[in-house]
Amino acid sequence: MCDTCGCNVTYGNQHLIRPGGKLARAPGGREAVEVLSGLLSENDHQAAHNREHFDRHGVLALNLMSSPGSGKTALLEATIRALAGELRVAVVEGDLETENDAERIRAAGAPAVQITTGSACHLDAHMVHDALHHLDLESVDVVFIENVGNLVCPASFDLGHHRNVTLLSVTEGDDKPAKYPVMFRAADLMLLTKTDLLPVIEEFSPQRAETAVRHLANPAPVLRVSAKKGDGMKAWLKWLRAEVTAQRARGARGETVRPAMQRDGIRLHAGG
Amino acid sequence: MHELAVCQGLISQVSRIAAEHDARAVARIVVRIGPLSGVEAPLLQQAYTLARAGTVAEDAELVTEALPVRVRCEQCGAETDATVNRLVCGSCGDWHTRLLSGDEMILASVELLTAWQPDSPATLH
Repeated sequence: MCDTCGCNVTYGNQHLIRPGGKLARAPGGREAVEVLSGLLSENDHQAAHNREHFDRHGVLALNLMSSPGSGKTALLEATIRALAGELRVAVVEGDLETENDAERIRAAGAPAVQITTGSACHLDAHMVHDALHHLDLESVDVVFIENVGNLVCPASFDLGHHRNVTLLSVTEGDDKPAKYPVMFRAADLMLLTKTDLLPVIEEFSPQRAETAVRHLANPAPVLRVSAKKGDGMKAWLKWLRAEVTAQRARGARGETVRPAMQRDGIRLHAGG
Repeated sequence: MHELAVCQGLISQVSRIAAEHDARAVARIVVRIGPLSGVEAPLLQQAYTLARAGTVAEDAELVTEALPVRVRCEQCGAETDATVNRLVCGSCGDWHTRLLSGDEMILASVELLTAWQPDSPATLH
């Protein structure tokens, strides 16, 4: 093929070498290649693999995200105890250091794998994949992935889970969704935690917190829960059971689901 | 600060594309970033100077194109500008909207140096 005089350019392929086309050549031995893929496509590829792995075993995978100290581990302890004998729970714990949270989960009666990220501020799909090698998914119904406590970075990484559960404790301030829109836009369920403290934290308005989430165009249910006192656990467990049932139904149909908010994937695929 | 992790993903993707095209170097990388992607362009630039060292993109320029936040209202159908923490319809004010643009984190294109240039130091000896 002649690349010099242009005699190989036809009506059929000329769009490729026009400026912006896939094979457009810039002057001076430069070649411009149009890519249009997500910056995290390697992570997303691994995440899709993880999701297939969960689906093959009929397991529901939930990603728990929040700031540090909002009560993720306490919620899991209460959840594991409440579901004992009904649903088999396993937990992947993400922290910068220590096995403390995994030990708490094991004491509550569920298997746990601790990922210590060192200085990394989030979990990614590769870390979760490695952790899954230490779990027997055949004997599990629900895997909770307790992400690193952080309202910024974890929201950007697909782990291969099915739903995002975002916690906001009433000690944090009801404007958190407005301050961290990327995180709260990604929530499939928002849990207001430590609600037993509401009587002494008058400045926190659950209604304002919910309004802030709606302003992010997020229709996610907002539930109030106190893992310590047990208030609101019933509604949370009801949501959880419904998700397990839905996951099994999808499994029977050979389908899967991603968290409700799908980053640019839709547009990328629609655009070819 | 997860921009370094994002950048490492970017560099590995760019390196793969360069290898597929037998490129000797990468001259330019263009990414498109929306404000709702969770990635900050200035931090990405900083992280990039670390991530590119010793790779085929060592001398490549990183261009970040900012994308606007746009929503389409599911109630009235209007397409309007929005802000990151107020994605409500700019026309009727309803919050049932769909994001048209603003959460992108896309590698748009790369410019590769594909052939040895006459003025290239490697061809002078």
